[in-house]
Amino acid sequence: MELLTWSGAMGGFLNPILLAALAVFIIAFIANFVMTLAGIGPGEMQVNADHTLTLQRTPSDYALMAMKYAVLLVVACFVAYVIGGVLLPSAEGRGIIGGMAARFLPVWIALIVTFTVSIIFKRRLGLYGKLFDSPVGMIGFGLVMFWMFTAIFAGLVATHGPIDIISAMRNGLPGAMLPDPGDGDFPYYLLGADNLGRDVFSRMVMGAREVLKIAPAATLFAFMVGVTLGLPAGYYGGKLDTLLTFTANLVLAFPVILLFYLLVTPEIVAAGIPTYMAAVLFLFPIIFLIVLWNSRFYTQPMRRNIYVAITLLIGGWLYLGLAWNSDPLGIINMPANILIVFVSVVFVNSPTVFRIVRGIVLDIKTRDYVAAGQTRGEGPWYIMLWEILPNARGPLIVDFCLRIGYTTILLGTLGFFGLGVSPESPDWGSTINEGRRLLTIYPHPALPPALALMSLVLGLNLLADGLREESLKD
Amino acid sequence: MGLFILRRFGVMILTALCMTFIVFFLTNLYPKLETLAKTQGNARMSDAEVVSWIERNGYSGPMVLRYGQWLGVVPGWTRVDGTTGDLTGRCIVRTATQAEAEAAPSFCGIIQGNFGYPTVSDDDVSAIIGGRLLLTLKLMAWAFGVMVPAALVVGVMAGMREGSRLDRSLSTFSIASTATPEYVSGVIFIVLFASSTTGISPWLAEMGWIEGRTLFLGSARSAMTDITFWNFTLPVMTIALYGMGYIARMTRASMAEVMTAQYIRTARLKGVSFRNIVLKHALRNALIAPFTVIMLQFPWLLTGVVIVETLFNYNGFGWTLVQAASNNDIELLLACSIVAVLVVLVTQLISDIGYVFLNPRIRIS
Repeated sequence: MELLTWSGAMGGFLNPILLAALAVFIIAFIANFVMTLAGIGPGEMQVNADHTLTLQRTPSDYALMAMKYAVLLVVACFVAYVIGGVLLPSAEGRGIIGGMAARFLPVWIALIVTFTVSIIFKRRLGLYGKLFDSPVGMIGFGLVMFWMFTAIFAGLVATHGPIDIISAMRNGLPGAMLPDPGDGDFPYYLLGADNLGRDVFSRMVMGAREVLKIAPAATLFAFMVGVTLGLPAGYYGGKLDTLLTFTANLVLAFPVILLFYLLVTPEIVAAGIPTYMAAVLFLFPIIFLIVLWNSRFYTQPMRRNIYVAITLLIGGWLYLGLAWNSDPLGIINMPANILIVFVSVVFVNSPTVFRIVRGIVLDIKTRDYVAAGQTRGEGPWYIMLWEILPNARGPLIVDFCLRIGYTTILLGTLGFFGLGVSPESPDWGSTINEGRRLLTIYPHPALPPALALMSLVLGLNLLADGLREESLKD
Repeated sequence: MGLFILRRFGVMILTALCMTFIVFFLTNLYPKLETLAKTQGNARMSDAEVVSWIERNGYSGPMVLRYGQWLGVVPGWTRVDGTTGDLTGRCIVRTATQAEAEAAPSFCGIIQGNFGYPTVSDDDVSAIIGGRLLLTLKLMAWAFGVMVPAALVVGVMAGMREGSRLDRSLSTFSIASTATPEYVSGVIFIVLFASSTTGISPWLAEMGWIEGRTLFLGSARSAMTDITFWNFTLPVMTIALYGMGYIARMTRASMAEVMTAQYIRTARLKGVSFRNIVLKHALRNALIAPFTVIMLQFPWLLTGVVIVETLFNYNGFGWTLVQAASNNDIELLLACSIVAVLVVLVTQLISDIGYVFLNPRIRIS
């Protein structure tokens, strides 16, 4: 059987360039390192007597320049692979990389549109717009949005179903051709097949959907819980603070893995623990929103009543459906094993959020504008939610990004130990777990989900870094 | 100072009690006992038989009382069989004769050093845990030995000239390392260095530079008896990499803050060389904050150990925990939890006390 090559028809032309660029980069890097050790630094700017500047270039400068252009060339090569993959007509010509790039076409278009619109309007978009001033933030945002759009367009991107089994393809290498592709079937397994004969590429793409369905929502819930408890703990202090801090420390002292092994088991689900935990944890967003509206609009009872009623109606409906699985309309429900995963991840994350919020509140409540609010006779919850919380948003947004990444890692850990997920699930953790058994002989099933998870978390970390940098600037 | 340590110690004991009770509660829920009864007795037991099995083996009764028995502050249960008249009980070994049974002590919990017996093996739990813990300690010690110095060097080098090219590249490295959990880096390491078909091993074997088929071993099973560079590098590196980035970033932040301090500027204006400023003036103050972070890495490291031991097949403490949890081995799981909880709490205590000792600005009165 003929395998697709990695680079297809473009390989003959682009591969030598890519290799040369990499070689130049490595040589320049070593040269630069050696020169740094030998004490040859980059040249320094000199101010001449006639107010002109002279820049003395040293060999170190040339090495750095070579590194820069080599990196640019490598990036250009990859862009060429992608564009070539989209433009070339035949699958053989595209190769594996080009073929994947072509499948990701909706994602590329969405990314280009997002970036173009954001960059054009960046001055009017607040902190989000400022992100586009920082290259690190932009790279992070790009990586995150890439996986976000992949999750959204997963149905278009994936070449096969995530659990479609073609037994003849078992452990097939990347680029292997299907034995007898039917009409309209994609004729190749782009990244090979796992030990059951499922397409690795499609599972990786569908896995993005599994992960991004849970991670951001769980993080949001953890934030609601942490904020609702952290604000009064920091603001009032006293016994309430002692009690809540002790509880938070108690949860934090559990090694995460032990907690998961205790909580995410079929027996615990049978005992109904996830339902009770969800019943408590899912109440917090509703409480948070009601207190939020009430503290702001209690002088306008009409408006407040409408907001509170809407929150109660929608929140209560979701609450019944998600936590108690008894949605009267029968639309919202959550399988018990997903619920326990969701609840445990929220449970593990919220004490950390609580601690962060509490710390920030302790700092901010000494500010003058809080004292001014107190003098005006504002209620404590108004001060907490409408004076302190908006001023704490910088660190909280940064931590939100980091925490989605951490939650992704936790979900991967759960999948890696096969906890709470169905064995068919294409999520990245379980795919890595399945792939690791034959890792030394067939590395291709485990590697793509591992790299995908790493790039998503890296993107979130870089995004958080960029946001932190930009929010500190003003 | 003494009062401070005493109070922290009291809080620690309280936390330990709460945590062990939670673990006990979660492992002794009725569905868990039902599973245990069915694995120990007969898989097709009826509900009534399950109830009687649970009663016979002392798993009935209020949860708090059973927790007290397990802890060793409430007398262990005893039961005289209705038909045979045999005396059984918590403190009575299964093989004991009647005379021995009569003479058995009334208290036997973990305070008395009795951890019970695992379901799959006849060894005492404490013996199993002891041996496994030793293996894990070796792994952790090596991982710590690699992780902490490397992280401190990276952090100090990045923080001494904030914003420089060195800082940016080292910071990117730290971010990348915190984005790579153990199950990702482990897989990548195995593919790169321990696979006979991909990575650098086939190439090295072809050149005749390595004797075996792979450079490093993808399984650490042989390291349980004999640690060598070739079977232990990958597990140690896998654990060290994930924790390293975090410590390095904390060190960098602390170092960068110290480098902007007044006394550093004074030293620079006096003409002290940059090297001496970093090594003699900045370093000591910059290392206070990372100390806490390093001690608090232990709970994380525990998770890492569990993943790595599973991935590399190293039968240490983490592997035992996974086995105990998946076999529903209640006593073994409880013992594992105690050890994990104690490790976490003791490191927290050390980090609190150590912070006070290290930082001259904090005085406890």
